[in-house]
Amino acid sequence: MNKKELDEKQSYNELVKQRMDKSPLLPDCVKAFITGGTICTIGEGLRKFGEHILKLSEDDVAAFTAIVLVFFGALLTGLGVYDKIYKFGGAGAAVPITGFSNSVVAPAMEWRREGLIMGTAARMFTIAGPVLVYGVGSSVIVGLLYLAFN
Amino acid sequence: MDYIYAFLIGGLLCVIAQILMDLTSITPGKILVLYVTVGVILGGLGIYDKLVDFAGAGATVPLTGFGNSLAKGAIKAAGERGIIGAFTGGMTGTAAGVAAAIVFGYLAAIIFKPKTKK
Repeated sequence: MNKKELDEKQSYNELVKQRMDKSPLLPDCVKAFITGGTICTIGEGLRKFGEHILKLSEDDVAAFTAIVLVFFGALLTGLGVYDKIYKFGGAGAAVPITGFSNSVVAPAMEWRREGLIMGTAARMFTIAGPVLVYGVGSSVIVGLLYLAFN
Repeated sequence: MDYIYAFLIGGLLCVIAQILMDLTSITPGKILVLYVTVGVILGGLGIYDKLVDFAGAGATVPLTGFGNSLAKGAIKAAGERGIIGAFTGGMTGTAAGVAAAIVFGYLAAIIFKPKTKK
């Protein structure tokens, strides 16, 4: 890299930094807070409904809440609404389990044209796959460590 | 009161992710992997359940709660069935969410047409 390239790279980095400084961190955080908080509050309502109205066991309350939220995440993704929630809420839409649902449903729909097996079925795990690899993998380690220390 | 704690803690967990996304170039997919792994670690240490007791769905709905369910399932099954349980427990604890995502994802792909971005 000669001096001119170096200079260009430096000024580019400065430009990037300037633009980054303008990134609206606070508004982004407020929107993420409202969106994520709202989804979790709906989840709390579902937990209460499962516990008091459906009289489910503790494990089943968790399963019921997960299934219903995943369903609505899928439905809203299918209708193109979750995309809008995501654009507004950012991480507030990505981090709840509805975002996990969105990460499965969006590629499943997007790759439908490649067929239901190598398109939809293969691609639905583009993001859920890594989540399960690291999640399930580390849970096995936790289980083995529990056995080792108890 | 439960609803307020769920809103606050759930919102806060999302804000942490938003800060990571804004300040670093980490992608949302990697955030989900990070959150689930952190959830497994905090769940394995027995810390995350305290947050669940306090915030309910504010702690269980974000992906860290998914990780916590994985760890709790693995510990419970390991206690009952030993090494086999350590392998089966995590998936058992989270089977509902994963199966629901597969079924509804598949149905959505059949029913809905994606809005193609041209």
